[in-house]
Amino acid sequence: MFVLVEMVDTVRIPPWDFHKQLNVAIAEELNKKLANKVVYKVGLCICLYDITKLEDSYIFPGDGASHTKVHFRYVVFHPFLEEILVGKIKYCSQEGVYVTMGFFDDILIPPESLQQPAKFDEAEQVWLWEYETDEGAHDLYMDQGEEIRFRVADEVFIDTSPTGPAAAATDTPAQPGQSTAPPPEDSGEKKEAPYTLIGTICEPGLGLLSWWNN
Amino acid sequence: MEVKNARAAMLSNYEVFKLLTDLKEQRKDSGKNKHSIGQQNLNTIMYETLKYLSKTPCSRQSPEIVKEFLNTMMPHKLTKAEKLMLLNHRPQTAVEIQLLVEESEERLSEEQIEELIQIVSDALPGDPEQENADAEMEVAGEQS
Repeated sequence: MFVLVEMVDTVRIPPWDFHKQLNVAIAEELNKKLANKVVYKVGLCICLYDITKLEDSYIFPGDGASHTKVHFRYVVFHPFLEEILVGKIKYCSQEGVYVTMGFFDDILIPPESLQQPAKFDEAEQVWLWEYETDEGAHDLYMDQGEEIRFRVADEVFIDTSPTGPAAAATDTPAQPGQSTAPPPEDSGEKKEAPYTLIGTICEPGLGLLSWWNN
Repeated sequence: MEVKNARAAMLSNYEVFKLLTDLKEQRKDSGKNKHSIGQQNLNTIMYETLKYLSKTPCSRQSPEIVKEFLNTMMPHKLTKAEKLMLLNHRPQTAVEIQLLVEESEERLSEEQIEELIQIVSDALPGDPEQENADAEMEVAGEQS
């Protein structure tokens, strides 16, 4: 579920942090920058593991801060494909069952990956498994807050970093003094999750923990 | 920023749990206000991850237990990822073992599965409350 990631970054330490030990100040800056953030194709960063190498620090003209190239290792949440995880059901919708780990929310189990035959109860807004027994079908509800075991089937990373003005590169350079109106922003656009796990529970042993307890 | 190796090593839940618990202690000792400026993200993720991990079997493990477990697992020819999942999940039923071990039907006999369950429950400490409850249930079952 968690991995160590080796990274290199140049860290800027402002002058008011010079009284601190360099590695302490750098650890703080790295955690400030990365903790609880998703790095594209890497995963959700948790906290600094260790600093493996500090290169020389430089001070550039016009800036009192020091800049240090740092080699470090970071703890990252990035389950491998096919890994089994346990989470809690956040809510259900037509798109499937949304699962949360507490620190990570963007997990979706699509309808075709639920235990079959599955049905969506419109009135209660909850998915259920129509479990067949000898005495007839049993409806097993997937209620909010229930603990659920699932397999990681796929991961989706979306690059949410801000994009530059789209037309700027192709257009001729703007005339000085000419007011270039910014293109209308799609402010209504839904905020996309940078990292989504797609889960499946379509296997014996997967699904609510209470289904398999005895 | 440059990523040199996105999968340098896998960490067990216990290792992350230990690291975060130590970091939390350390930050508590060194005074709150001085360090908490700009560290809200770290505090949030630390709190939430610890909350999740403290409910998993890893909160009762130690380096000795993990080492001992891995040593006893040596002859069982499981992959690193499979052993890691056994460690994180502490499976108690055959159906869980079959989930965690890939192609378990071909690779493991029923006896081997039983053996794995036995090793897991011997080497890794379970939830004392849960076990007490189970024991009581058994006693009650015998009496009735």
